[in-house]
Amino acid sequence: MGFRYLLRRLALMVPVFFLVVTVIFFMIRFAPGGPFSSDRNVSPEIMRNLEAKYHMDEPLMQQYFRYLNDLIHLDLGPSFKHANRTVNEIIGEALPVSMELGFYSLVWALVIGISAGMFAALKPNTLFDYIPMSISILGICLPTFVIGPAMILVFSLWLGWLPVAGWDSWQDRILPSLTLGFAYAAYISRLTRGGFMEIRSQDFIRTARAKGLSEGKILVKHALRGGILPVVSYLGPALAGIITGALVTESIFAIPGLGRFFVESATNRDYTVVMGTSLLYFTLIFVCNLLVDILYVVLDPRVKYE
Amino acid sequence: MSNSATIEIEENEVGTSLWKDAFYRLKKNRFARYGAYFLLFECVVFLLAPVIAPYGFEVQNLENTLAPPSFPHWFGTDSLGRDLFTRVLYGGRISMAVGVLASLVSVIVGVVYGAISGFIGGRTDNAMMRIVDILYALPFIFLVIILMVYFGRNIFLLFIALGLTQWLTMARIVRGQVISLKHKEFIEAAHSMGISETSIILKHLIPNSIGPVIVYLTLTVPSVILEEAFLSFLGLGVQAPMASWGTLISDGVSVMEIAPGVLFFPAVSLALSLFSLNFLGDGLRDALDPKGARD
Repeated sequence: MGFRYLLRRLALMVPVFFLVVTVIFFMIRFAPGGPFSSDRNVSPEIMRNLEAKYHMDEPLMQQYFRYLNDLIHLDLGPSFKHANRTVNEIIGEALPVSMELGFYSLVWALVIGISAGMFAALKPNTLFDYIPMSISILGICLPTFVIGPAMILVFSLWLGWLPVAGWDSWQDRILPSLTLGFAYAAYISRLTRGGFMEIRSQDFIRTARAKGLSEGKILVKHALRGGILPVVSYLGPALAGIITGALVTESIFAIPGLGRFFVESATNRDYTVVMGTSLLYFTLIFVCNLLVDILYVVLDPRVKYE
Repeated sequence: MSNSATIEIEENEVGTSLWKDAFYRLKKNRFARYGAYFLLFECVVFLLAPVIAPYGFEVQNLENTLAPPSFPHWFGTDSLGRDLFTRVLYGGRISMAVGVLASLVSVIVGVVYGAISGFIGGRTDNAMMRIVDILYALPFIFLVIILMVYFGRNIFLLFIALGLTQWLTMARIVRGQVISLKHKEFIEAAHSMGISETSIILKHLIPNSIGPVIVYLTLTVPSVILEEAFLSFLGLGVQAPMASWGTLISDGVSVMEIAPGVLFFPAVSLALSLFSLNFLGDGLRDALDPKGARD
């Protein structure tokens, strides 16, 4: 892949990011209500002080440029609702939690999805194929917010094996990450199955078979690389989906991650936290897509970007 | 001799049109057929909801809360003693309406954008598609959430916002169709016969590119329904007196320990509808677009 392509993609990110900042900033500011409108009986003097503290008394354009300037210095400002905390601090605490959740979910999705898909492709049209593929239809059609509560109901409340919610011990990690990863595992298993079925009928596999390689070796040495290409190209959307899906998963399992802060700050008009978290989301997803594109070229030399 | 014979046969035979062919293929697909039946059944039930529903969907009965399914309350009652069957019916109405309307918004925007881009071609096409590429990388659901929170949870705003998150793929599909059709022989033939531009667009371009549009529309509806349920689950979608399946599921989760039914029935209705739509969409894709890509 051209190094220039990479540079161009990165360079493109700057205006897009700027556009996103502008759109969100003005969307929030033009909406009725403000961060202090829900506080009851605030005397006008205190209100004035509050507004002065957060520079809300300045003209909008000035606030906008102030925000941009702070942003360049990677300062996302103070939170309006969490007293004495900056958005940087909040993100610093919440992001690792969300990243951990996302990482485990992706691992589940890949491990379960690829192995189920390979099983199905090895013995097509048998029970090894039908059972995982039927479960995967369930996984694709059932939303996270049905799977999650259903798992809590079965594994926590009825069987008592795993905790209902929280984010302290390792047991707490299992249900949320499974919930979030399940839908992607389902989709990945179908992609893997399709990819392997296609690659198994190709000439170089027949050659490998003709020279006497065992089926297992053919699978690992020759088919795997091409067979998981569809999965790789799905990784971009999957990562984006996992990041968005975390909003719901974190609220179901009461996990102190980024998603919870985003939803909470959006509802109580914590301007700076909304801005900070959504900008972070945009950046994360943009970077993930770029990484996936690079990975795709590494795996398949036939793909070239100009 | 044999030549004239074949011509005669062709003249006498009633040619199966693309649509008849597609319909035949669709009928043979069992899952797609069941999906279509179920959706048809749902549509009838939802339209007749005010007649069928045994109770008002807001009527509370605080002496009979969280009742299990029984004869007077088929699906039981929720935490305020409202009849769950009635609420699932009305919730389905809202979910379906949002799904269909938002998908129509996405189709209109996508088709117009894609057709213009493909038809004009050249630099304009390049620029328009680059914009689509950029927008693809942006997670719109966050914008929708911010929009919903700040500009009131208005149901019209909801389906327009959701529709606007879905038009990108549609634009790409239509553009591809238009470009591939533009250079086909039958379009050239139409040009050479002096048929007007409008007539070519209306009689040849649109009918020939509408197949993939319908397929994608069918597949957009379930994803919009899912997005709406996602928002409603977070408490950002449809507002209190009204309910969609998402809000019902969210209510169900809060009482699932005592009364799993309150979660079960809306969840199953949602899942069945999504199944049916996906099966029908896949079936339509196989029927209308036999060469089309499958995953």
